[in-house]
Amino acid sequence: MSVLDSKIPAGPIKDKWTSYKDKINLVNPANKRNIDIIVVGTGLAGGSAAATLAELGYNVKAFAYQDSPRRAHSIAAQGGINAAKNYQGDGDSTYRLFYDTVKGGDYRSREANVYRLAEVSANIIDQCVAQGVPFARDYGGLLDNRSFGGVLVSRTFYAKGQTGQQLLLGAYSAMNRQIARGKIEMHNRHEMLDVVKIDGKARGIIARNLITGEIERHSAHAVVVATGGYGNVYFLSTNAMGSNVTAAWKIHKKGAFFANPCYTQIHPTCIPRSGDYQSKLTLMSESLRNDGRIWVPKNMEDVMAIREGRKKPTDLSEDERDYYLERRYPAFGNLVPRDVASRAAKERCDAGYGVNATGEAVYLDFASAIERYGKEQAKIQGINNPSAAKVYELGQAIVEAKYGNLFQMYEKIVDENPYKTPMMIYPATHYTMGGVWVDYNLMTTVPGLYCIGEANFSDHGANRLGASALMQGLADGYFVLPYTIGDYLSDDIRTGKIPTDSPEFDQAEKEVKEKIDFFINNNGTKSVDHFHKRLGKVMWDKVGMARNEKGLKEAMAEIKAIREEFWKEVKVPGTADSLNPELEKAGRVADFLELGELFAKDALTRNESCGGHFREESVELDGEQKGEAKRNDQDYAYVSAWEYKGEPADAVLHKEELEFNDIELKQRSYK
Amino acid sequence: MNLTLKIWRQKDANDKGKMVDYKVTDISEHMSFLEMMDVLNEQLVGSGDQPIAFDHDCREGICGMCSMYINGEAHGPDRGITTCQLHMRMFKDGDTITIEPWRAKAFPVIKDLVVDRTSFERIQQAGGYISVNTSGNTQDANAIPISKIAADEAMDAATCIGCGACVASCKNSSAMLFVGAKVSQYALLPQGQVEAVERVQNMVAQMDLEGFGNCTNTGACEVECPKGISLENIARMNREFLSASLKG
Ligand SMILES: Cc1cc2nc3c(=O)[nH]c(=O)nc-3n(C[C@H](O)[C@H](O)[C@H](O)COP(=O)(O)OP(=O)(O)OC[C@H]3O[C@@H](n4cnc5c(N)ncnc54)[C@H](O)[C@@H]3O)c2cc1C
Ligand code: SF4
Ligand code: FES
Repeated sequence: MSVLDSKIPAGPIKDKWTSYKDKINLVNPANKRNIDIIVVGTGLAGGSAAATLAELGYNVKAFAYQDSPRRAHSIAAQGGINAAKNYQGDGDSTYRLFYDTVKGGDYRSREANVYRLAEVSANIIDQCVAQGVPFARDYGGLLDNRSFGGVLVSRTFYAKGQTGQQLLLGAYSAMNRQIARGKIEMHNRHEMLDVVKIDGKARGIIARNLITGEIERHSAHAVVVATGGYGNVYFLSTNAMGSNVTAAWKIHKKGAFFANPCYTQIHPTCIPRSGDYQSKLTLMSESLRNDGRIWVPKNMEDVMAIREGRKKPTDLSEDERDYYLERRYPAFGNLVPRDVASRAAKERCDAGYGVNATGEAVYLDFASAIERYGKEQAKIQGINNPSAAKVYELGQAIVEAKYGNLFQMYEKIVDENPYKTPMMIYPATHYTMGGVWVDYNLMTTVPGLYCIGEANFSDHGANRLGASALMQGLADGYFVLPYTIGDYLSDDIRTGKIPTDSPEFDQAEKEVKEKIDFFINNNGTKSVDHFHKRLGKVMWDKVGMARNEKGLKEAMAEIKAIREEFWKEVKVPGTADSLNPELEKAGRVADFLELGELFAKDALTRNESCGGHFREESVELDGEQKGEAKRNDQDYAYVSAWEYKGEPADAVLHKEELEFNDIELKQRSYK
Repeated sequence: MNLTLKIWRQKDANDKGKMVDYKVTDISEHMSFLEMMDVLNEQLVGSGDQPIAFDHDCREGICGMCSMYINGEAHGPDRGITTCQLHMRMFKDGDTITIEPWRAKAFPVIKDLVVDRTSFERIQQAGGYISVNTSGNTQDANAIPISKIAADEAMDAATCIGCGACVASCKNSSAMLFVGAKVSQYALLPQGQVEAVERVQNMVAQMDLEGFGNCTNTGACEVECPKGISLENIARMNREFLSASLKG
């Protein structure tokens, strides 16, 4: 029997959240003043939670490793945020958003959570507009929408190519209002290094002041971890340099189960890597697939000619191009979900059709869109028989208005003008669907310890649809956690302040200090990055877009070996009592080196292909779906929740069986 | 290419600090500036020296962490970009590059190239918000149409990443462009009207308190701003401030 209780409320899916809210215990306003909550992370999830909890009257202490909450990695999200508003009248509804998300996640998410997400999605937009978030509007002054991969409606709200920035600045402004009122105590440039448990409950954290190096104790009645995803386990990813698993991993080691670590999203449209010095990869928003067409040359001679610089992509005629997504998936074309698009790019490049020197790039072409928009504009402006140049000029203006900042970003990095020549793109690690296991209340397996946003596992199954992470982060923080945490805290109204001089705090602080001292005194021979890069290579080669039993077993052994060498040979210069970025990295890489092994183990255990997790052993052998990923609902329709037992390889698997009552389990087809 | 780097080293806030010379070799023109700094730091770690501390995170020009003053320009020689988006193709073999932190009284140095920008935080806390609770019981998002022009202009102002290059570029260390951008965003939207008077007064008062200088319209900030925040935002803030003073 599983020890996992997902606490899904009874009743029809449409009523679960409402009737749950009607029945939970509340904390009266006078008592909220006596309750402290720690929120670690100030991205969309943490920032929105901190602001809302403070508004409700709790005393919030928030933490971020950057110098301002506004710089959390959510700031980088480009494309947009989904909401079932049905403003376009194209048939959207709460149910459809729910359905799309469950299907997009390849039927590996928890129905009740996803339904609630879809249900609160519309409120997010109302809320953000009230905060002054400048979403894109049409000429009538109403909100505009675009469509994203894997769905057939336009439900994505956006603010140019900077949606995450604007949403985060909205949450940040709400936080600022509470900081000014003294309801949020903000700790910038602080890193959480452990959670403190007292009588089995989360009661505080140990954090390092990154400027002074001081190790601090902070207590609270509940702790919320909102520290984002762990994509940097691959070294190269679209995540910020500081994105890490540390907080999530530390709570895992203290009893929080870690769910589905192998569910990782490799995003199809990123700028290809260019050299060994590369420090990160840059995403080109998926919204580009609304208008860009993806292709490689049909003929190998053209591939070679392009690689050697004898031909340009624009020299190739339409019938010399293979628009492989349109060919393979006529119904969804360039807008298939991310996992499908990424694998298709890999398939073409593995077959030798990659268009750059490394052989790992495909084209994303805007010529058709520019022409289409140009003609449309000419008509609107009453220009008869416009010249090709005029059409191009008009069309380019539209494309620029939609994606200008992305095009500029591309040009600055690659030094090529994407209006004139197609962009080159290749898949890169982008998002982690897996994360800390939480129940319907977003509470982990440790009482009083919550996990929200990308750091938890709950809503996206094995693959996340575009524009759904921002939605989830804000849903968790603004609308879900503030209710569910009250139910737990209603027992704590008489507890009083949690002292920080207890043996539990002593012990946690001691462990943290010992680790830091170890790094400073180890005097090894190799830098932290050296180990991180090696880990990343194993992860990409053997636990990347395609996985098999042999590779995964090798990966587990290799990661373990790198980890052992790390603890012997790592070299961290500088001191513990000052700003020391190398020391910060050392702690994070140490945790990635443990997570990586569990990640491979999880992938090994799941011998099916689902969403972003593709096992070469599990593909359709014939029929219309031949060669596509094959899910196995008979044996694997569960969440893998891992319990820490020392070495990552010894982690114990707990299964949360997934029940699908409102959606029929089907093979995903985007054909 | 091979380069000589002259970099500001300062142990901590109390240290006096000085410029130190370093050499890097075999730098590819495709590298970003920060990747070049990574190469130098890897070199320093290897030889047992202290790597250079600098702020960075997203490395794609949006978080506003990175903040280097390169050859006398905030975010270096290119336009419309942050330090992390600067590429080595902007330099040539044999160049000497001078790298300093933002210099401003309101941005004290923490270490090497890292400065303390919490003064910006306090300005935002003084009024950079609309007082609406995040309860979700607001009206429908489409209840008030907002003209596309106003929405787009508000968006342009809202793209400020809070990097501080405007302050670093200004001979008076004025923060008018940064504050003007936030005031403008709300001034352009109906949601911002209710608190317009208090907002501009409080934010400007906090700005003065933090020790930022006055604006003398040199326009240096606009030139170096990576997000193209225009001087119009300063003009708009001045108008808001004036009308706020008249109102009370
Ligand atoms: C380039 C890019 C583009 C994207 N575009 C989209 C999009 O268009 N639509 C969409 O829906 N999703 C998008 N996503 C995904 C989405 O942005 C993220 O999943 C989401 O923003 C994560 O939010 P979060 O609040 O969970 O975490 P984050 O925003 O990552 O915040 C993490 C917070 O935790 C803090 N932190 C981390 N570790 C510690 C620690 N140990 N101690 C203290 N603090 C810590 C950080 O300081 C930060 O404040 C994109 C992601 C990337 C990388
Ligand atoms: S106005 Fe420009 S330069 Fe100043 S902080 Fe904002 S983005 Fe940076
Ligand atoms: S590192 Fe984020 S803007 Fe440069």
